[in-house]
Order: sequence, then C-alpha cells, then structure tokens
Amino acid sequence: MPRTHALRTQVQCTVNGDEVDFLCADETSLLNALRDELGLTGVKEGCGTGDCGACTILVDGKVNCACLMFAPEAEGSSILTVEGIAQGDELHPLQQTFLEGAALQCGVCTPGFLVAAKALLDENSDPTETEIRYALAGNLCRCTGYDKIIRAVQEAAVQLNGASK
Amino acid sequence: MRYAAPTTTDEALELLRSDPDSQVFAGATDLIPQIRAGRPEPSLLVDLKRIERLVAVSHDNGTWTVGAATPTSALTANAEFSSAFPGLSEASGLIGSDQIQNRSSWGGNLCNASPAADSAPALIVNDARAVIAGASGERTAAAADIVTGPGETSLAAGEFIIEFLLDDPPAGSSDAYLRLIPRTEMDIAVVGAAVQLTLDGDRVASAKVALGAVAPTVVRVPGAEAALAGSTLDDDTLAAVSAAASDACNPIDDKRGTIQYRRQVAGVLARRAAQIAAQRARSQPTQGNS
Amino acid sequence: MTVTENPRTYKYVGTRPVRHDGLDKVTGKARFAADLDMTGQLRAALVRSPHAHARIVSIDASKAEAMPGVKAVVTGADFADLDPTHPEFDMAVNLMARGEALYNGHVVAAVAAVTAAQAAAAAAAVEVDYEPLPAVLTIDEAIAKGAPIANTTNRTLFSGDAEPSNLASVNEFGRGDIEAGFEAADIIIEREFRTAAVHQGYIEPHACVADCGQDGKAVIWASSQGHFAVRSKTAAALGWSTDRIKVIPAEIGGGFGGKTTIYLEPVAVLLSQKAARPVKLVMSREEVLRATGPAPATKITAKIGATNDGEITTLQSTMYFDNGSTKGFSALTGAMSVASYKLPNLELHAIGTVTNTARSAAYRAPSAPQAAFAVETLIDELAQRLGVDPIDLRLQNAVVEGDATAMGMPHPKIGFVETLEAIKNSDHYNSPVPEGAGRGVATGFWFNIGEQSSATVNLNEDGTATVVTGSPDIGGSRASMALMAAEELGLAVDRITPIVADTESVGFTDITEGSRATFATGMAVVNACRELIEELKQRAATIKSADVERVEWVDGAAVIEGEDRLTIPEITAMAKNTGGPLTATASLNAAGAGPSFAVHVADVAVDEETGETTILRYTAAQDAGTAIHPSYVEGQIQGGSVQGIGWALNEEYIYDSNGVMENAGFLDYRMPVASDLPMIDAIIVEVPNPSHPYGVRGVGETGIVPPIPTLANAIAAATGVRMTSLPMSPPRLLAAITGGADG
Repeated sequence: MPRTHALRTQVQCTVNGDEVDFLCADETSLLNALRDELGLTGVKEGCGTGDCGACTILVDGKVNCACLMFAPEAEGSSILTVEGIAQGDELHPLQQTFLEGAALQCGVCTPGFLVAAKALLDENSDPTETEIRYALAGNLCRCTGYDKIIRAVQEAAVQLNGASK
Repeated sequence: MRYAAPTTTDEALELLRSDPDSQVFAGATDLIPQIRAGRPEPSLLVDLKRIERLVAVSHDNGTWTVGAATPTSALTANAEFSSAFPGLSEASGLIGSDQIQNRSSWGGNLCNASPAADSAPALIVNDARAVIAGASGERTAAAADIVTGPGETSLAAGEFIIEFLLDDPPAGSSDAYLRLIPRTEMDIAVVGAAVQLTLDGDRVASAKVALGAVAPTVVRVPGAEAALAGSTLDDDTLAAVSAAASDACNPIDDKRGTIQYRRQVAGVLARRAAQIAAQRARSQPTQGNS
Repeated sequence: MTVTENPRTYKYVGTRPVRHDGLDKVTGKARFAADLDMTGQLRAALVRSPHAHARIVSIDASKAEAMPGVKAVVTGADFADLDPTHPEFDMAVNLMARGEALYNGHVVAAVAAVTAAQAAAAAAAVEVDYEPLPAVLTIDEAIAKGAPIANTTNRTLFSGDAEPSNLASVNEFGRGDIEAGFEAADIIIEREFRTAAVHQGYIEPHACVADCGQDGKAVIWASSQGHFAVRSKTAAALGWSTDRIKVIPAEIGGGFGGKTTIYLEPVAVLLSQKAARPVKLVMSREEVLRATGPAPATKITAKIGATNDGEITTLQSTMYFDNGSTKGFSALTGAMSVASYKLPNLELHAIGTVTNTARSAAYRAPSAPQAAFAVETLIDELAQRLGVDPIDLRLQNAVVEGDATAMGMPHPKIGFVETLEAIKNSDHYNSPVPEGAGRGVATGFWFNIGEQSSATVNLNEDGTATVVTGSPDIGGSRASMALMAAEELGLAVDRITPIVADTESVGFTDITEGSRATFATGMAVVNACRELIEELKQRAATIKSADVERVEWVDGAAVIEGEDRLTIPEITAMAKNTGGPLTATASLNAAGAGPSFAVHVADVAVDEETGETTILRYTAAQDAGTAIHPSYVEGQIQGGSVQGIGWALNEEYIYDSNGVMENAGFLDYRMPVASDLPMIDAIIVEVPNPSHPYGVRGVGETGIVPPIPTLANAIAAATGVRMTSLPMSPPRLLAAITGGADG
C-alpha cells in the first residue's frame, strides 16, 4: 500500500531537564508537539500567531512562543515549560506569589506569564514596574487587568533577592 | 512540507537549488501566521539559524557585521552596538514582544517586505549594506534596494541575505527611530520615522530621513534632509521637516490608520526623531572614531 | 491598595486564602477542554461561509468523505428541525446554518478525521454551492427604508409583528412628562453616540470533546459558563432528551458572558455519533473572533435636561443595539441599565437590529457600558456647564433605596451614594491633576441576577468536608464557596474541598451569568450548611443522650447544655452509629440579587499631535455588598476596568464592505497589554445586600460599565474634545482634535 503521508521526523531535545525525543511532521508547531506528543498541556494555545504569549516557553533560556516555532527547530535545544518551573515539591517563588497574591483568575494565561516572568527575573533580579510591564507585554491576560500579576512579580523579586543576600 | 537546517551557506544554496518551491526563514514570526492565514506552504523550509555567519555579530576595522538571522534581542542587549546605533537598536527592539525579539531578525524583517517593518527605515538611514548569497557567489546591495514593494524583494530565486554591513557612524552623528502604534507594544507600526544626522558644531552637516508604513516601501524624504542640512534645528527647519515628511507619504487607508492620520503623524515623528538624533549627536564625543 | 474591609465580624468570610484550584493552575496541571484527550479520539474542523449572506444551494461532501482519515461529515440536514419560535432556535441555527448562511464565518458543515490536519484538509474539500444574497452590515443599513432582510426567520420581539424584519426587538418605557421635564430645564444637552462591536476576548478559544456511544448517550467535556446549559442547549439542537447527555465541566479559560451560549458541542456529538469515536473540536483564535460573541455595536441618541441648581429634570434616549444575525435582548438590557439617577421624567426607546454579522453574545453587564457612555458623558457635560464638581452633581441626583429603576420598580437597598463618596474621599480624587493631564469620572450600574442553584455539602469520616456545586469556577468562586461553608460550619477553609460537579452529580444549576455564582450558588451552600448543622446538633444530642433543644452550634462544635463540646471530627467519627453519613443538599431559585454600583476616576494625558492617550492613574470603587474573598473582588473590579479601557481606546470589529472581519486576530484586535496600563486601584465598598446571608452582591459585571465614559470625560478634560464614538483610538482622537469635530 502506498504511503499517504510523509514519514515523521525524530526530534531529540531536553524538556524540563529530561532528555526526550518525539516524532513530528515537519510543519508541526513546537506547541502542538509539546502538547500532543509530550503531553505538556500546561503550554496553552490562545492565538497561534505569537500575539498572546499563552504558549510561552524558554528555549535555551530565552522566552519564545512555542506556536511560532516549527517542532524540528527544537532539535538539540533545552526547553523549559511551566511544568518544569517548580523544583520538585518546592514551588518557584513566582508560583507562590501568584497563588498568594491572587494573580490568576481563569488561569489559562498563567503558565505563559509564569515562564515569561521567570525569564525576566533570571536576567533582571530587581526590575522596575515599567520593566515588568514591558517584559510581560507579550502575554495577554483578560481577567486580572494585570495589576495583581505585576505585584506578584514584584513580590517574587523581593523574595528572590532576599534569598540571595 | 519538509524542514532542513543547513550549517553552511553552500548547503543552504544547494537545498534551495534542489527545490524550486523552497523558502528560507529565520524566526518564522511572520511566516507561521501567514501560513495559518492561508499562504500556501512551501514544500521545503530552509532554516538559516544554524549557519554560523547568519547569527554572528562582529565589529572590526570600523565596520559592523551582523548576521541576517541574528535575533534582535542580541542586538538590543549589545551595549557597544546600541551605543553606536541607538536608533537602529531601538527600531530592532520594537519588533514585537520579548518572545518575538528572540526570533525576529533584520533579514527576516526586511525580506518579509512589509511596508511597516521597523528595522527597515533605520537600516536605510544608516546606509546598511546586505551581503547576499546566490548561485553565482556573494554580492552586496544597499539595504535600501532590497525591498521593491509589499511582499516583493530584489532577491533572485535561491538568494538569501547572509549578513549586514554597517560602517561606524561619523564623529558627531547619531540616529533615532520613532513609531506610532495604538498600544504601547505588540502592534505593527502605523507610521515609522528614522533620522540619522551628523553635526558640525551647532549645525547639521548632513541628515538622512526615512519613513516606514506610509508608502509601499520605505521612503526617503529629500526635502527634510535638505531642510536639516546646514540648519540649527530651529523651529522653521523643524516645520519644514514635518511638512516634507507629510508630503513624502503615499499611504493607504487600512485597519491600522487613515491616509490623513499617517500623513499628519509622519510629520510629527520625523520632527521628533530629528530632535532626538540631534540631541544624541551633541552628546557624542567630538573627536574622530576610535 | 485601599480597601474598606468589612467589620471583623466573620472568622473566614473576608479573608484571603489561597484558592483551592490555584496549585493546578500555576503548575500547568489544570485541564481546560482543549487539554483533554480520549482514547481513539478524532479531531474535527468546521466549514464556514465566505459570504455575509447567501442561500446554500447544495453541499457536496463526497470528495471530503473520500479523503484519508475522514470518519464523518455533518451539515444542517443532520440537526433537529426546530420551529423558529423555539427559544433555542437562534442558538441552534447559529451553530449550523440551515438553508442560508447568515454571516461571514457561519458554520455550514463539519468534518471529523483521525488528525487535525486531515480534518482541516477535508473541510477545505467540502464543496458548497452558494447563491449570494444582499447583506445588511450596519445598524443604519438595517433600519434603512427598503433594506434587504438580513434573516428571514426573525420576528421582532415584543412587537407581535408576524412579518420578517431587521428589528430584533422594540421596547419603549419611561415615566413622568418628558416635555414638561425639558421645559423645566435650564440646560439641555443632546448628542449622538456610536460604538463598534467588541469581543469578550477570553484567552481560551472555545473547545470541547464529545463521546457518543452506540447506546445513543453522549458525554461532553466542555469549557463553559454553565454545563447544565450546555446540556439543555445541546439537547435542544439535537432534539434529544436531556438524560442522553452528560456534561463534565473542564476548567474555563475566561468567558465574560461569551461562554453562556454554545457553538460546538452539538456538532461534536453528532460527529461522534456518526463516527462512533470521541471527537475533539477546538476553535482557532480567528474563528473565535469571526464567529463568536461580539457585544453589540450601537447608535444612541440621548438628550438630558437640568436646572441651574443641578437637578436633572429629564432624560430621553433612543438606543439601537445590533444583535448581529439573530434577535436578542441587547437593546432591552441597555435601556434597563439607565437606573442611577432620580429621573422624574424618562423616555427610553430600545431597538435591537439584525444584520449579517456574527450573532452577538452577552458581554459582562451586557449593553450597560454603551448606554453609560451616552448618559455619563452628558452628565459630565452638565457638571462642566454648571461649574459643579461631577461627583457632587451625581450625589445630588443619585438614586437611593426606593427610587425607581428604569423599568419603574423601586431600587432595594443600594450603595450608590456610598460608592460616590468613596471616590470623593479617595486619595486619587483629592490629589491634584497632573500637569497637562485631564481627570474624568463616571459611574456604572448593573442589576445582577439570582436564578437557580444547587449545592451539596458532605462531611467526610475525619471531619473534613466537600462542597459540591454546579457553578463553573471562572475566577475564584471555589474559594468563595469554601469560605462561606467555613464560616457556617466553623471549619478551617483548607479542610474544605470545593468541587464543581458534572450534570449527573449535583442538582440543576443555571449558568454563571449576571454575577450570580457567589450570590445564588453561595446561598445554596449556606442553606446546605445550615441544614447540616441541624443534623450535626441532632447527632451530638444522640451521642450525649441529650435533648437536641439543649444543643447549640458554636465555632465549629456542638455545645451541649453550655459545657460539653463535640467537634465536627468527633461527630463524624461516630456517624455510622448515629444515623449514617452526614450530608445535606439545598437548592433554590434565588431572589433579591443586590444591584451593584461602581464609580471610576482616571487621569489621562493626550499627545495632541498623535492622538495617543496615556492613562496615568486609575481608581475604581465598587459596592460588593460583602467581599467574601477580597482579592478576587478586587480582581473582578480590576479586570472589568481594563476590559472597559480596551473597549474605550482601541478595541473594535473592523468589517470590509463584504462583511469580512478584517482584524480577526490579537495583532489587530487590540486588547490592552500590561505596558498600556497603570495599577488599577480597587476600592471595595461594602453596603451589605439584605437578601443574602452574608450580604453579597454580584461583583463580576459592574466594573466594565464606567471605564468608557470615565476615559471619554478625562479626554475631554485634557483636550476640550468630546469624543462620541468608539474606540477613541489615536487616529480618531487626532481627527477630532485637529478637525475640531466630535469623534
């Protein structure tokens, strides 16, 4: 029987610290590969065009929209998703301050915000409110008006700085 | 659709030769939304980011060489580059969110050939040149000559930009780029204005002014450049810059702005960019290049 | 952040515990509908009309059916044939066209295949023969003499008219003598206002999974504001009895009214039935914007009169609200929201229109923001002309308990005056307006609703509890339910597990709309807890062989004759010997939803050369009755404010001349991003609602009502230009500033 679809490409990469591999059609977005092949459904699709940030992940430490990457591009890279932010049973300070500060309502944008905020604090441990707002401008939230998200990031920065002193 | 990630320009050229329906890409930040919106998928995608020259940035002998696929975040984070070309750095940093910034590149921004590409006016006023790979070897073209119309470039089939070349700005010069978007982030420019000028004492020795999103391609504004040259940026000069910029527009009415709005704002932004560029040039060291 | 906290009479109500579903939502574990996968699941894709209005001559799916992986195709012919008078007729026709495509993006067929790519390819291969019909795209086109009929099944609501019409509804109401009112006025101001259609903008696109077995029964996993409504609407669209459908609520990624109706579930069920496999159907963002939920575009004329002493004598308004492709109530609720001032003479004409654009859906205080734009702009202008403080003018005319609403019924106990005073006394209002900026204030009202809810409270063997309700948790309602149960039972919040149960595991519960979850479902929780406490007292009496009359419930324990104490764990441990498991259920049709008022103040700077507006400071006060979980009340106030800010400044549906939405993506449908905004200072005002055991008023909706006029009034203060059309985007504002014309 003739094949009716192309053979899929094997991609090897590190996801949340684990070496993984998956198969994908070349046109598959990294977002769909993470969700459908690796079961990482914490990475959300809000728009599919890079305008909402719900699929924000770190690729080699840099924020990216998983919807704007072809899955084969991930070959050899190191990826962090929201599922990999906590250290074992210890939440990342951002996760804790989001919970305590009520920085989420429906929660569908939350994974993208946490990853983008982590990237910000990894690079800038003491951002101003304006820096936080611009760093998170690629992430849309429709529930909170951003107020409590910004405050949660500020509080996490304080905690992280306190811990490092 | 197949995907390939060559590691040399020769490999990339060979891939492009092998499939007439192939397409190079760097960040895909325009390509993927376009495919979602119905643009036909190419049969072969050639990812240029694994070719070292395409993502290298260097500064030697008075010339900056910037790989065409270099993420714009690498340029805005480069203090030496941003100090030499503050306007070009700002323009590069305006292409989308932080997420986009880690993917967007000058090569992609220019070759997508949107009239609203933020980096294009700033590259043009800085006399950037593009080094182009093709079947018959490398050639160099002015960045201003790459885009020929919306979605159209002067690149032949199988060609792609390897890197951009920028000479160190002359002493006493600087640049600025301003754009108008309805929000503070995440929008496409409704109007963009880039100005590069060189001061001789209190006077402008020479100036270049380019506008984006107000015509099918970036437009230079010779009237504004002439008004600036020899001036002290007095009010009459600035009014002339505004008027010339508004006149140079050949815009369209669309979902992002009206013809009238684009004309009006082009004048405002050209004037403000000239003032910022002059302010920056004044604070430059007056001695020659190091 | 300034907060007027309730007097500390409660132990748990008014505290800010971490929400029970929070951990799953910060670790990526929370399962929204699109995150669910079933064994053997197919993926579906929809075929949508490229025409704004067309007769569907024929649909040929034979090529699609022959494509690889395709398992089922459905069209309108597969759905129940409802009579146009059926209350779900419009919903059912909207999710699958019958005979005519009524707008660009109207679904005409659906395909299920093994992969999403196969489904999309097959959907593109379905051949539909359309005969284009004349389309009506705007309110003005719809009401023009001789206009083509946008939807021939439409009959005007409340008119008794039997002929097809482009009017969706017509209402007139008022009181007093409108002419006498204008005669008594020293100042009369009249303006026309226009607003564009806008979208709720929830970040999660609509999604569901349906699994229909060979027994003809279906299970649906859905993201919605009410899974019982998903069940009843799906049953109606399919002509099925309710018992054939079970709906399991997934987490919902934002709704704001837009997920009170359904678009996908009946389609997925039919595909699943045909294919005998589970089917997952997920919209793209483009589909969401093109074909779901816009809030109506409007055209409103309003005329107001007042005496030189500041007494508003009369208001007259004609309000057109465009429902899109079907009839609806949007104009009526818009007129009903004019209820904040003592208006001795009032005349309102509320007219809904039908056009060949996407069917509108509820959006947070539906239609009130557009009406408030008109009324609150005129009141601001009155204050300006009279030279009085805009809050003082409102205080002078503000409704209090007993004053008439728009419909004539008296207001119950309300907190409008208190909310106005909260802003008047705020730090923001008492700080100088920044140099070059303008300050605006405006108010908003929403009546809120009660409706039906059920709740079951179960005590576990160890004295912990589960609180089971049927209200999806849109923004922290699980925590609110747990807090009220904690207060009643005297049990720590973290010993209570709130659960949102499926349609077969809890009693019927209406949609989460009208800000009713914490109010009505909360009341059911309280009632169930109170019944449970009676039972706990009985059990304690049994254990201690005491007379139950001598048992009191104090602080989470039964106290017998004032001394002997039995805690909940002590009673539940003995449950087996005292009568079995401890559980109680309550259901109700809640009356007495308390109206909520909001007052906002904003300082803005306008770049008069580019038309850009920058919000420098924003404060929002709102009457919550009692804030059960203040953080989530603040969140509702802040979120509503920012949606209103987006509506005011940049959001709009842009259609081309063929009725194609030109900005069906988040790039050009411009919702506010974090860098557009300052902090939103939320002030909670607490004037308890006497009809709720804890005084709760719905807080979800009112916050979106004031922002549009607040910003319009601030822009007027900054520039001298009165904007009367939305959005007040830079091109429009600059045109108004340089042209001297209204926006």
